[in-house]
Amino acid sequence: MLYAILSTFLLAALAPWLHQLTGRQSGWVLALLPAALFLYFASFLPAINAGEVVVLVTPWMPGLDIQLSFLVDGLSLLFALLISGIGFFIVSYAGRYLEKSRDLGRFYVLILSFMGSMLGLVLADNLVAMFVFWELTSVTSYLLIGYNHEDLKARKAALQGLIVTVAGGLALLAGIVMLAIAGGSYELSEILNSGDAVREHAFYLPLLILILLGAFTKSAQVPFHFWLPNAMAAPTPVSAYLHSATMVKAGVYLMARLNPSLGGTDVWFTVLALFGAATMFTGVFLAFRSTGIKSVLAYSTVMALGTLTMLIGIGTEAALLAAMAFLLAHSLYKGALFLVAGILDHEAGAKDFLQTGGLRAALPVTSAFAILAALSLGGVLPMFGFVAKELMLESVLGAPGWVPLLALLAIASAILGVAVAAIVGIRPWFGPRVETPKSPHEAPPALVAGPAVLASLGVLFGLGPGLAEGGILAAAARAVNGGVPVDANLSLWHGLNWPLAISLVSLVLGLLLYSRWDRARAVLAWVETAAKYGPERGYDRMMDGIVRVSEWQTRLLQSGYLRYYVMFIILATVAMVGVTARFYGVSVGPLALSDLRFYELTIVAVMVASALFAVLSRSRLGAVAALGSFGFTVALMFVMFSAADVGITQILVETLTVILLVLVLFRLPGFLGLSSRLIKLRDASVALAGGGMITLLLVSTHNAREFDSIARYFIEESVPSGYGRNVVNVILVDFRALDTLGEIFVLALAAVGVYAMIRFRAEDKS
Amino acid sequence: MNMQSLILRTAGHFLLPLLLLFSLFLLFRGHNEPGGGFIAGLVAAAAVVLYLFSMDIASARQVLRVDPRSLLGGGMSLAVLSGVPGVFRGQPFFTAQWWEVTVPGIGMVKLSSVLLFDIGVYLVVVGAVLTIMLTLAEAED
Repeated sequence: MLYAILSTFLLAALAPWLHQLTGRQSGWVLALLPAALFLYFASFLPAINAGEVVVLVTPWMPGLDIQLSFLVDGLSLLFALLISGIGFFIVSYAGRYLEKSRDLGRFYVLILSFMGSMLGLVLADNLVAMFVFWELTSVTSYLLIGYNHEDLKARKAALQGLIVTVAGGLALLAGIVMLAIAGGSYELSEILNSGDAVREHAFYLPLLILILLGAFTKSAQVPFHFWLPNAMAAPTPVSAYLHSATMVKAGVYLMARLNPSLGGTDVWFTVLALFGAATMFTGVFLAFRSTGIKSVLAYSTVMALGTLTMLIGIGTEAALLAAMAFLLAHSLYKGALFLVAGILDHEAGAKDFLQTGGLRAALPVTSAFAILAALSLGGVLPMFGFVAKELMLESVLGAPGWVPLLALLAIASAILGVAVAAIVGIRPWFGPRVETPKSPHEAPPALVAGPAVLASLGVLFGLGPGLAEGGILAAAARAVNGGVPVDANLSLWHGLNWPLAISLVSLVLGLLLYSRWDRARAVLAWVETAAKYGPERGYDRMMDGIVRVSEWQTRLLQSGYLRYYVMFIILATVAMVGVTARFYGVSVGPLALSDLRFYELTIVAVMVASALFAVLSRSRLGAVAALGSFGFTVALMFVMFSAADVGITQILVETLTVILLVLVLFRLPGFLGLSSRLIKLRDASVALAGGGMITLLLVSTHNAREFDSIARYFIEESVPSGYGRNVVNVILVDFRALDTLGEIFVLALAAVGVYAMIRFRAEDKS
Repeated sequence: MNMQSLILRTAGHFLLPLLLLFSLFLLFRGHNEPGGGFIAGLVAAAAVVLYLFSMDIASARQVLRVDPRSLLGGGMSLAVLSGVPGVFRGQPFFTAQWWEVTVPGIGMVKLSSVLLFDIGVYLVVVGAVLTIMLTLAEAED
């Protein structure tokens, strides 16, 4: 399992090279991996359908109790199969679709990394591992939306998607930490068994809110839905894959995954059902009034995500099965439709439904599969979309509360959904021929393969819903239901009942709406102005605010004058230590001053004298020399307290510092006393505050013994476990080697910094 | 930068190898007596800086043979890699490893990943100080 996920990242690293090697066929070659992964995941099917749950563990950071563990059950397997299966078509499609793109190699790197992250997300058993993969999908999504990085709109959309999802991710991080505390484990497989403990824990409400914030932002629920349509700036294969079939469903996955431990409460039902229903209606409403091919599809994805959230919230056994069926149906038809949208763009140059019409003759194969997918989108008999929609309506009618409101929104959405399906399935293909920007022609096999297979599966599962149910959906619904098999069935014919009636009515009304589409859009023009006051405006306001605040604090802190930097650092330290000292109190115990030897006093006197000289000297060289002599007396102190190594180091550093200063001194202008009396007074008080704080700190630590000193351990263990008599060195290179590594890294960084600063300035001048 | 002092030039010529040898001595004895990679690195850097002051930048670079920036990178890599052997033995990163090797003519020599780490520190310190010093010195011209 670990290797399955790592292989995608490995292939991602090799992809540019393989792309150069295989040229035009690179899409097919790279698609072999997702195909192989699909077969690998499919090999789990018999065990999973038999009711097993597979947990695979690889130790990762044993010290922190973080494991790279994977959980394979119906839910994660359904997602893994979708990710690898659709991934196969996406990669092979992209090889042809982006053939002329200069950055195709880079695209492969990103899409394969995304695939690995997404697989990791759905398969991870450890919450921390899951979170890491969660964030990785946000990052790869950012890079993929901004694939056309020369386009300002794409960059802006990429940043918007990133900020919305990562902000949610931050909430999620806090949420999962609280969940781990409440559930007593970071392993999902254990948390899922401690549902009651979590639900009764005092953290339940806050952790629920935080986790839902993460899920809602990722899955574009109202009011965070605005980033998803903007994300359509990405190349079409990306939209099909990330922003329809997989990544945006991560939030849905999370809610479904945690349903056994978080679900079943009133809050869970109310929040999920209401937000889901609102999202469902908002999505389909906005889809109906859009004309851009991809934005119609994007908004209808928002609708699907809302539906899924609502179904998980309803939480009855029928609803959970409906959610899984809807998830599969949506991934199949929406993946197909997005790929068809790409074909329309690629082969006919059309990006807007108003630019299309009567294309059936020019693209006979594509249009056939597009129509099949659209029928599934509209929920028309005998497609799989119909089966899913029937069960969805049935579970809405059987919801534990809010039935009238939910049913109203569901019926309205069903009607608009049919209209949207008609826009997608009728508008481009039938009616009078509309002149497209490019002369249209049929797409090559690499582009048609995806829509063909995905749309055909929609028909197959529609005619034989038992195939999908027995194949994986029952197992998935069982996983969401906490391991208990659900008492519900998928079937094409439910008999004459309310859902069927609603379906028929919505079909008629939806087609009627479609026939008045142009007029309806004119009537709905007010939405355009209203949308300006929507949540996206809040996002823009927030971003502007952040920029303003950072401009202000940059002006304040980044003055470019060394003296102000030093002053801020000293004052900030004084303030922070001061507050802490005030909070905890500082105890200055008796100091045994009588023990002072006469030579110690002499050294202190030299120190004070050199410090005073350094401050008062009128010559720069004199001040440097005084600082040097101060440093040497400090070294002497070290030697007196038998810290030979530290003393030697101090002497060497002092020597080199003086040499360094001499090198710099040449470059400085003459020493001028420009500071006014007031400024001198200010500097003196800053210096006194800093020095005074350090003195206070030292004096108080002298008596503080909060913990046992670790020194004894180091002294005792130095020879037996470090094989060295020089304790300081053993600490540096063995006991605390990681600290030393950090220090030499800082040293190296400082050297590179100095080099860059001086070299690049010199180059600028010449 | 050339100080044009005959005494300094002559001294620099003779002191450089001596100081470098001394720095190696400090480096290798560091585990038991005062010394170690950090101190030894500072001594070696000081030796080259002395040479730089007594001669000029070009000859200092020549006597170094490698760019001090390569020492930075090499030292960092060595220090990080010295933590790896423990991993292969199933121990946490940076667990010290000791090997006893018999060298003909010298007798038994104790080698360790800790020594490799200390050499890495040595190289980084030499590289960092000399990168800064040489850059500053060159900037003056």
